[in-house]
Amino acid sequence: MPALLFLLALASMPLGAQETDAGSMQDTLAVEAVAPDFTASIARLGGGNFSERREAAIAIADSGDERSLNVLTALLEGRLYTASAIDAEAEDAPPRVLLAESDADDAPLRDILNNESAGTLAEVETRRIPLNNALRGTLRNLIARLSLADANPAVRLDAAKRLLAAGTAPELAPLLRERLDAETDDRVRDALALVLALAETNDDTVEVRIAAVEVLSGALDPEVRARLAELMANDAEPAVQRAARAALDSIQTRIEFYRFAENLFFGLSLGSVLLLAAIGLAITFGVMGVINMAHGELIMIGAYTTWVVQQWMPNHIEWSVLVAIPAAFLVAGLVGVAIERGVIRFLYGRPLETLLATFGISLILQQAVRSIFSPLNRAVSTPSWMSGSLEINPVLSITWNRLYVLIFALIVFAALLAVLKKTSLGLKVRAVSQNRAMARACGVRADWVDAMTFGLGAGIAGVAGVALSQLTNVGPNLGQAYIIDSFMVVVFGGVGNLWGTLVGAMGLGVVNKFLEPWSGAVLAKILVLVLLILFIQKRPRGLFPQKGRAAEG
Amino acid sequence: MLTRRLFLSDRGGMVTLALLLALGIVVPLLNLVVPADSPLHVSTYTVTLIGKFLCYALLALSIDLIWGFGGILTLGHGAFFALGGYCMGMYLMRQIGARGVYGNAELPDFMVFLNWTELPWYWFGFDMFWFAMLMVVLVPGTLALVFGWFAFRSRVTGVYLSIMTQALVFALMLAFFRNEMGFGGNNGLTDFKDILGFDIQADGTRIALFLASVIALMLAYVASRFIVTSRMGRVVTAIRDAEGRARFSGYRVEAYMLWLFVFSAMMAGVAGALFVPQVGIINPGEFSPLNSIEQVVWVAVGGRGTLFGSIVGAFSVNYAKTWFTSSWPEAWLFALGALFVLVTLFLPRGIVGLLRRRRAGGDA
Repeated sequence: MPALLFLLALASMPLGAQETDAGSMQDTLAVEAVAPDFTASIARLGGGNFSERREAAIAIADSGDERSLNVLTALLEGRLYTASAIDAEAEDAPPRVLLAESDADDAPLRDILNNESAGTLAEVETRRIPLNNALRGTLRNLIARLSLADANPAVRLDAAKRLLAAGTAPELAPLLRERLDAETDDRVRDALALVLALAETNDDTVEVRIAAVEVLSGALDPEVRARLAELMANDAEPAVQRAARAALDSIQTRIEFYRFAENLFFGLSLGSVLLLAAIGLAITFGVMGVINMAHGELIMIGAYTTWVVQQWMPNHIEWSVLVAIPAAFLVAGLVGVAIERGVIRFLYGRPLETLLATFGISLILQQAVRSIFSPLNRAVSTPSWMSGSLEINPVLSITWNRLYVLIFALIVFAALLAVLKKTSLGLKVRAVSQNRAMARACGVRADWVDAMTFGLGAGIAGVAGVALSQLTNVGPNLGQAYIIDSFMVVVFGGVGNLWGTLVGAMGLGVVNKFLEPWSGAVLAKILVLVLLILFIQKRPRGLFPQKGRAAEG
Repeated sequence: MLTRRLFLSDRGGMVTLALLLALGIVVPLLNLVVPADSPLHVSTYTVTLIGKFLCYALLALSIDLIWGFGGILTLGHGAFFALGGYCMGMYLMRQIGARGVYGNAELPDFMVFLNWTELPWYWFGFDMFWFAMLMVVLVPGTLALVFGWFAFRSRVTGVYLSIMTQALVFALMLAFFRNEMGFGGNNGLTDFKDILGFDIQADGTRIALFLASVIALMLAYVASRFIVTSRMGRVVTAIRDAEGRARFSGYRVEAYMLWLFVFSAMMAGVAGALFVPQVGIINPGEFSPLNSIEQVVWVAVGGRGTLFGSIVGAFSVNYAKTWFTSSWPEAWLFALGALFVLVTLFLPRGIVGLLRRRRAGGDA
């Protein structure tokens, strides 16, 4: 008897927060009198026959204990085990009920009642609590009811989605109708309506089935499509079959639309990367007539700056990217000014020589990065606000980092346009690019403007590097991967025209992504290059050629 | 008259040809006749290395023809070189026959590995030496013809053309990296056994290939010299210096340029074909844009527009590369990069220009 008392005390030893102060047996008994007792029901789960277990499960669900949902889910998934009581002397002590965290042999086991660790599946001699189909049905129902009644709308939505993913569950229909009426949150209502419709496709009445199919025709989820296909093939009633076919067709059309939208987004995202990489080049190439083959390496410098900034502020990764943008602009811009002052200014008017000299610089910068950092890629971390994705519907989701880079590219483009159109530097840059001699005669310091223009182009390359570090690997070859593509963009868009660069970048990005599913990534790239070579035949000066005297130069 | 035009007026060229001739006689003798323990003995490794430089010199010569005289900075001549190399490589692959790892008499190893059952159509004929040699010039020539026809007809010039050639070689590199292309993908073509029935590793074969390279380079030099001193060469130079004026004088600019481009591409193809049996491998890395641009630097270092300068440049830069990569590999890219910058800034006429200036200074 003392042993039994001790066990009871042990069994009712609470761990749930609301029960910690329930110290005495008396309190526990008082609770039992009001609601079906959680502790006792758990014990009943372990023994007896299926019908007793079923009653126990219902009692657990009704107990209102916050652990109920977890226990029932584990039971349904076959993760509940019984093991003999710790105290071997207590002959009639109920067996312990243990919950495994997964199916694996080394999964840790916990005692449900006191949350104590009880070894692993491999260590303890256990017996899985058996289930039959009737019990499974009951459990599903109970779990759905419990989670759909949760106070938190997010939990309810999650439960509804889980039901949807689980597929048709005709036995839930009455419960779902009841919940649907009580539901207040719109998103949960929509999800519930779908689950209900899915359940009602099994209804005996033809009208109900047709109405359900109509509801389903608005959904994109794969389970809905599977069920509709099944109805189309197997339903006894031709009217239902026809409705299912129509619903599937309409879903298919919408899916194709979203696939198109997704491709378009990926294309624009690639385009934004190309835009960032090419826009600095467009300035130096278009405005100054200088071929800067080291442009890719300036992008690389920007990406490495991001990495260095993150090394300096490891505790503020969230902000590091924002700090890195001006830092990369400055670092790359200074390197750019140094290149212009050191080499390029001696080579104006000799574009082919500039090309070779800047290529030499690009080799030196690459090897410098290899020697200073390492030939291996560096891991730049992504702030949490840029990771993950925005799920618009089951077919279409957009990753945050690509979306931010797209927006960022457009901001950079607009800022550059504003600098060129609205500031005095921009005015001077345009003057020098149109007629160097006349600009000098009017008192513009052409040397200084050249250095600033080159620095601006280089700085933008650095900023592009920050964006790229969030999308691809940061290594010494980062720049080389983009340089040819950026030249293609500038040539395609037309030299000396920023709008041409925008259209060129987005156009090439989208064409590339739309060719990809049809031909594969590498072949798409080759095709784009070939198309571009052909395009240049038709329009040797790009989409938006410069007009007037400046174009003859 | 022709002798005067080709040789006597070209002192640097004469010296270069004489040196090449001497190289062609002395190196085989020192390799084959002088015993291996003598300090004068030239190892087969060195013979192959010089043979490789000779192929590079031939390639540089082809670039000088189109850049130095035509004024077209090609950043994609490596494409023609590699295509010539691949044609030779395909012939050598077929010569392996049943001696491959999988012992398939018909298919090269990599195709057996990819579970291909028959030879793709474009591999037919490459078991015949004459056909392969024809392709060595025809494939690069045709590509140059098509690309050049499009480019020159629509008057794509200057840096645009340079970037287009770079795009071309880049696209080809991506294409040849694909296994589906049927050219061995990433690994390329290698493990060659014989050429024309002779063991490709044997000293005698190596010497023969070396001699073939010397002869090819000398012939190509004479042919290039013939072209640039001909009426056509003068027109090409005129186009380089004032394209508009040449066009308005009634010359068909695109026809001259196309012809020169195709000839140059064929020369590069021959260089590639001689290169592959000597180094024993051809892979898509030869198409990399970096290689093509490095080749341009050989010409720039030697001195463009002089023909023999490109040979000097190819030898000196590649000798430096061999030295750096064996004794100080990290510094090679620094040195190459500095070479790009310094040559364009201070030596626009290259080594040859430096020598000429010194001579002119000495005379005065």
